[in-house]
Order: sequence, then C-alpha cells, then structure tokens
Amino acid sequence: MNALISTALFGIVLMFVGLFVKNKQHIKYYAIAGAIIAFIANWYDGQLAGGSSVMLYGMVEVSSFSVLFNAVAIGCTLLYFMLCGSAFEKVGNDVADYFALIFFILAGIMLSASFSNLLMLFLSIEIISIPQYILAGADKKNLKSNEASLKYFLMGSFTTGILLMGIALLYGASGTFNIREMGLGTGDLSPLALSGILLTGFALAFKVSAAPFHFWTPDVYDGSPTVFTAFMATIVKAAGFIAFIRLFHVSFSEGAIAGHWQLIIALITAATLLIGNFTAVFQQSVKRMLAYSSIAQAGFMLFAILAFNETAAQGIILYAIAYSVATIGIFAILLKLKDYTFEGYNGLARSQPLLALTNTIFLLSLAGIPLTAGFFAKYFLLSAVVQQGHMLWLVILGVLCAAVSAYYYFRVIMAMYFKPGEAETSVQVTGGFKGMLVIAAAIVIILGIFPGLVLQFL
Amino acid sequence: MLTVLLILIPLITGLVTFGLKGPSAKVFSLLSSFASLVVAVIAWQQFSAAPESLQFTQSWIPQLGSQFNVGLDGMGTMLCLLTAISFPLIFITVYNREYDRPGAFYGLMLLSQAGLIGVFTAYDALLFYVFWELALIPVYFLCSMWGGERAVPVTFKFFVYTFAGSLLMLVGIIYIYFQTPDHSFSWTAFTSLQISTQEQSWLFWLFFVAFAIKMPVFPFHTWQPDTYEQSPTPVTMVLSGIMVKMGLFGVIRWLLPVLPQGAYMWQEAAIVLSVTGIIYASCIAIMQSDFKRLIAYSSIAHIGLMSAAIFANNEQSMQGVQVQMFNHGINIIGLWIVVEVIQDRLRIKDMREMGGIATYAPKLAIVLVVISLANIALPLTNGFIGEFLMFSGLFQYNPWFAAVACVAIILAAVYMLNMLQKVIFGEANTLTATTADLKTGELLAAGAIIAVIFFLGVYPKPLLELVQSTTAIVNATAWMK
Repeated sequence: MNALISTALFGIVLMFVGLFVKNKQHIKYYAIAGAIIAFIANWYDGQLAGGSSVMLYGMVEVSSFSVLFNAVAIGCTLLYFMLCGSAFEKVGNDVADYFALIFFILAGIMLSASFSNLLMLFLSIEIISIPQYILAGADKKNLKSNEASLKYFLMGSFTTGILLMGIALLYGASGTFNIREMGLGTGDLSPLALSGILLTGFALAFKVSAAPFHFWTPDVYDGSPTVFTAFMATIVKAAGFIAFIRLFHVSFSEGAIAGHWQLIIALITAATLLIGNFTAVFQQSVKRMLAYSSIAQAGFMLFAILAFNETAAQGIILYAIAYSVATIGIFAILLKLKDYTFEGYNGLARSQPLLALTNTIFLLSLAGIPLTAGFFAKYFLLSAVVQQGHMLWLVILGVLCAAVSAYYYFRVIMAMYFKPGEAETSVQVTGGFKGMLVIAAAIVIILGIFPGLVLQFL
Repeated sequence: MLTVLLILIPLITGLVTFGLKGPSAKVFSLLSSFASLVVAVIAWQQFSAAPESLQFTQSWIPQLGSQFNVGLDGMGTMLCLLTAISFPLIFITVYNREYDRPGAFYGLMLLSQAGLIGVFTAYDALLFYVFWELALIPVYFLCSMWGGERAVPVTFKFFVYTFAGSLLMLVGIIYIYFQTPDHSFSWTAFTSLQISTQEQSWLFWLFFVAFAIKMPVFPFHTWQPDTYEQSPTPVTMVLSGIMVKMGLFGVIRWLLPVLPQGAYMWQEAAIVLSVTGIIYASCIAIMQSDFKRLIAYSSIAHIGLMSAAIFANNEQSMQGVQVQMFNHGINIIGLWIVVEVIQDRLRIKDMREMGGIATYAPKLAIVLVVISLANIALPLTNGFIGEFLMFSGLFQYNPWFAAVACVAIILAAVYMLNMLQKVIFGEANTLTATTADLKTGELLAAGAIIAVIFFLGVYPKPLLELVQSTTAIVNATAWMK
C-alpha cells in the first residue's frame, strides 16, 4: 500500500517540481529520489504484510510475490532513470511531466501485481495505459510519434472495451468481481463464463503484445521517442504479464477450467514465438529489431501462464529482471548512438570498448546464454512447462526459437566487434553513465550465477 | 580441491590476461597453462591413489537442487590431461606470432580452457550444460575476430548449430530432472533413474543431436570444414584437438549411463550415420587441395569411427574409443602445428603450390611424416592401439560395419600419403625453396608430440589402465547386457 501511495504521490510532486525547478537537468534527481523512497516504502510493505494481507475492503492483496515484483519494477525504473534520465530533455520541454507520467504508470504497476478484484485489474491496466498514450506522442513535432500515439490510443481503447466486456460477462457468470471467490466450478463452464475468460484473455494478450494481437507493437515502439520505448517495452510489459498471470492462475486454473483456455494460450504462445523471432531476423533498424524481440520475449513469458506452479512464479520474476535490465541497458546505449541501424554499431568495440562489452553482456542475456540472468529466466520458464507435464512440443518450439533469436542479437555483436567502421556517438558518454552500465551488467552476470539471490525473497 | 583448481587457474588467469598488454599476455598465459599442466599431473597421480578425493561438492542453486559438483573419473582425468598438455603446446607453437590485441586473444583462449575442463569434470547436469555453453562463447569470439576473411559468417553458423543442439539437450535435461525423485541434477540421480523405454527413445535424440553436432557426425558436420579452415590455427587446435571430444565425452558420460535403452534402440542408426560419415569424409578428403580442409575432413572420418565404436556396445571398443580420444587429440594438434608453420613461412594453403619442402626444411618434413603415419594408425604409433581396439569391437558387433569402416584406413592412407607427396616431396618452386626450418619453440612442441606418439605407440598401458574405470562404469549400466 505504501508503495502505491508513494508512487502516486510522487507523480503529483514531480508535476509541481516542473513549475519550481528551473534547471531541467536537476529534475532527474528528484525523480531518482522519488524512486528510492518508493523502493523503501515497498520494502516496508513487505515487512508489514508478512506472508500476505488483504487491504482496502478486499480490493488489494499484498503478498511476498507482489512485494518482490514491485521491488523489481521500482528497481528497474530507478536504473532506467539513471541510465536514460538525461535523454528526457531531448524529447521536449515538459521534462517534469514525463517523469510524473512514469510515476503514474508505476502506480498502475503496483496495482497490477496485487489486485484481488476485477475492477482493480481494470483500473491498473488503464492507469498503466493512459500515460503511455501520452508518452508515445511526446515528440509532438515528429509525425511518427504522433502516429504511434494515435495508433496506440485507438487500439488500446478498443481493447479496453473488450476487457470490460469480458469482466462484465465474468460478473454475470459468477456474481462477483473478487478473483478468489469467482468459483467457476471445476466442471463444464457456462458459455457466459467461457466467453468472459476468452475476452479478458485476448485483451490482456493485446496488452502484452502477443500474436496475433501484436500488430500495434512495432509501429508504436518504433515511432515513440526511443527513451520512452525503453520503458514501455520492459517494465510495463512485465507488469502486463504479472496481471495476466495473477488473474489466470488465481481464478481460472482449477480443475477442468484450465483445459478450456490452455490450448488457445498455447497456440498464442507458439504464434508469438514464431512471429516475433522470425520477423526480428529481417529488421534493418536496431530499434525495430528490439520491438520484435520484445514480442519474441513475450512469447517466452507466456510460458508462465501455461504452468501453474512455483517454478513459473520464480521464472516470471527472474524474467522480468533479466529482460528489463538487459533491454534498458541496450536502449540506453542505443540512445547514445547517431545511427539506429545495425551499421550504426560498426566498430563500436574500438571507439567505445566499455559500451560494446556491456552491450554484449546484455545481448547474450537476451539470447539466453548461460552465466547471464537471461539463461536462468528462460530455464525456469521452460522447466515450469515441462513440470506441468504436457505441451512438450511447445518447449521444443521455444528452444528452437531461442536459437533463432541468437541470430539477430549476434548481428549487433558482430557489427560492434567484427565490422570495420567508426560508430559515432551523438552524445558525450560520461563516466557516471559507464559506471551505471557496469552495475547493470554486473546484475545480469551475478543473477546468472546465483539466481537464488532474488528467489529467496519469494 | 584439485579439480576446482583445474577450472579456477585458467578462469582467473584468463580474466587477468584481458588487462595485459603486449608480450606480457603471452608470457603470462604460457605460465598459466604450465601451472594447469602441473596440477593436472598431480591430479592424475592422485586419481590412481585416491580417486574419491578429487570430488568436490558445494551447494549452488538450492531452489533447484543444483550443486557445484565436480570430480574426475578415468576418462575425465585423461581428457583434463589432454587439455592441460595441449594448451602449453599451442602457446609455445605460436609464441613468436604477433596477434592483434594479445590480451584479449590469450584471455579468451584461457577462458575456453576453463570451459573445457568444466565440461570434463562436471557431475551435475545443469553445471555440465553451463560449461558446455561456456566453452563455446570464447571460441566464437576467437574465430570471428582473428579468423580468415569469411570467418564471421562461418563461425556464426558453427555457433548457431551448436547452440540449437545444446538447447535440445537442455530440454532433455529438464525432462529427466523432473523424473528424479528428489529433483536433483546429480549424475548419480540421473543414472540411477528408471526411465521408461518409450521416453528413452525420444530423449535419446535430444541428447544425441547435441553431441553429434559437436563431434561432428554426418549429417551434422557441415559447420566443421569451414570453421577449421577459417579459424586462426591455435583455435583450430583447440577445436579439433579437444573440443570435438566434448561430443564423444558427452555420449560416454551422460548418454549411455542415463539412457541405456534409448542407446540400445538407436545404436544401429547411430552407427550407420557414423560409418556413412567416415566414408563420405574420407572421399572428400582425397579430393581436397586445401591443406586445412584436408585435415578437417580427415578429422570427421576419425571422429566417425570413434562414434561408431562407442555404439558398438562392447568393452573393447569402449576402451579403444577413449584411448583414441587422447591420441587423436595429440596427433591432430601435431598436424596443425605443421600447418601453422607452413602458413607462417609461405602464406599459402593450397597444396598444389607446395612441394619439395623436405630439401629445405628437413626437420619439418620429418615431423610431418611421423605425425601423418600416426594419423593413419601405423603400428608402433599411438594411433594403432586405439584403432585396433575399435575395429575389433566393431567387428564383434557386426562384421559388415567393420568392413566398411576399414575401407577408411585405406582411404586415410591415400589422402595422407598423397598430401605428403604434394607438400614435402617433389620439385621445389621458387616459393617453397625459401622455407625456413622449425624454430626452437616449434621444435620443442613438435618434439613433445612425437615423443608422445612413440611412447604411447609402444607402451599404451598407462592410458588403458586410466580409462578402465570409466569402461567399468559404462559396463555396469544395463546398456552392455
């Protein structure tokens, strides 16, 4: 609760900071301070809740899982502020507003991990989405940014309608909004309940950009200001998964109910893996490649929805960290470059050896090479599905797609190390930035050797 | 502890080497490789005295029940020795070469050594997988950065092949992991598990494909000739001398004891693939005019024979394979040393442009002749005993397979002698007349290899005794009965 309140409060505070702080470069520090306070508040939540506690008249439920995920989300946002915060100024004049919007998104994320009522789910999804529509269009003079914003808004609000429809149908079938009391039974489902499950499922699949609901993703991620894409493609996406998993595992996993939707989600997973990976191979711009890579990674995270066990919960937490840290790092380096195509990376190893090295570690992590966090993230999710017993075909498809993903991640590594050229940075690379990159890379490697460091909090 | 030391020495010195500049990198890495050699020899002595003292277990990921569990058995000791002997030889051979960014080059070499030793010592399936991948990454960068002009795409193909294969193996590992009663990755838990025949039948392929790509066995071999040709020679030595043994090692350590019935079901298929590979690679080797590609194809043929012998399912062939793993490693590194010297002097790879080197570089010629004969497995050279045991084992399994595989010996003689004729005999041309003979370092490395060739050719007993324990372990599984 404290985390939720503090993030929402800091959103408002930062809007006012914009009025009173004239030096735009300083706003970043207020945001960093806010994130640190939210982190502490969240830690305090964990101490208070102990195991698990229900709050706000049964609307919200704080558990060790939600506290841990909140910590991951706030921690990654902190890293994001430190690595990318100075790039906010280049987007436009309203720097403080951008930070405020990100804090509002964060408040939505806090809710998405702890809702225990469908209304709260709806609220959390909307609180996350609306600031994103604004952020996508923040670069007002850029036509592509406008297009991204409009597209995202239209598609997003359409899906919101579908989500609401699903919630209404579920209410009709069960007579309650509380996800723990739905009691859809263990036998056959009424058509009402089944369509409710499917409609909410599709709406959430849209939010996490799973195929075939992924068409907005490349355009929005590509058109939005790069610095905001870094946020939208990582922490926000992970939060969407947390909401998805929470709803489906708590309400729809008992007995035979799972059988009704599991195959559909499995097919969505397979389609997401195939489309994400194979389309990413053909991209010329690294930014667009990262957009498709985020779809491909979403395919892996969908594994967590198919398996209802402890391993899946551990896996999604690890995945959220591994994927977010690595992708934020890659975007932060991308932001420093002049040219966003693969050629723009040519010879980076010679001009900026440290940037190239950390970027390599991030890319290896995304590809799932051992001794990086990405390996254990993939490992846990794969083994969660294997543990479930069936759908081994999906696991094998998954690992083959992981091999394909090596192709486009290694293209960047090849450009940096083996291609001649002088990769130009458009911005001065400061020592502090390098230090943060090293810290991020260290997180990736340490979690790749000892994943237990995070999992012990579950 | 010795086992851990074998991994830690190259790992730590490798990381340190990255920071070194100029010639200090090669001196430092040479010293490190000698330190590993000393430890490996001590471990070898320790193994005959008290093998259990080489086991080391430490909790690693408690949530998964995975442990940092390393140890040595006969085959593991032998392969660690092979690794520890090879790296000093490689470093001595290239001691006078100048590499761009030597710190990174030697650092990556040492890291790959750490990965290889890890693979040979891991007794925990997850740890094995981690080292399996870890050995690959440094080699990927080494080949791409210091390789020939086509190195980047070629190495990438190699990388994707092995990466895809090992991911399939990972699925297999996870599947078996969930079958174990206490959810453990340990080798003991894996081998004592009773997996149903039907499951073993498809699990076999998940593992076999990973190992077959690494060996490589026909039809998974297409990455190999290109990679050997394009890699810098020291890396090719690591690849062909040690790394391909990872595949054979994996079959003996993990595949046979864990999935004996699967292996039994598919043994014929595996042997057919292997024997096809022998004949196919030998025929292509005869047609090659590129020195490096010739050795690459000859290596496919030799590995094919070893793979066939593993699946021949008897004690003799199993002994032969293990002995041959060591000897093949020594011989092929010897061949690459000669290639490296010739490349250094003449800067050509096409054998048609060579000739008459014997007159101008007699020592080089003698070395090449001895190693080539060992490669054909002439009696009194180290290659003989292993090949004899393997053919004899294969013959017991099925004389027809043995007969087809035996053709490979004749074909090997054809392409090796043909190579000798083209490279060192005949008329010298203006280029080859300038060939300078072996220098001290190269002579030292080549001399050591020739000494090993003759010693093990006359007295293979230490090696046979060393691997006896591993044969006994494989024997004890249901597979041989």
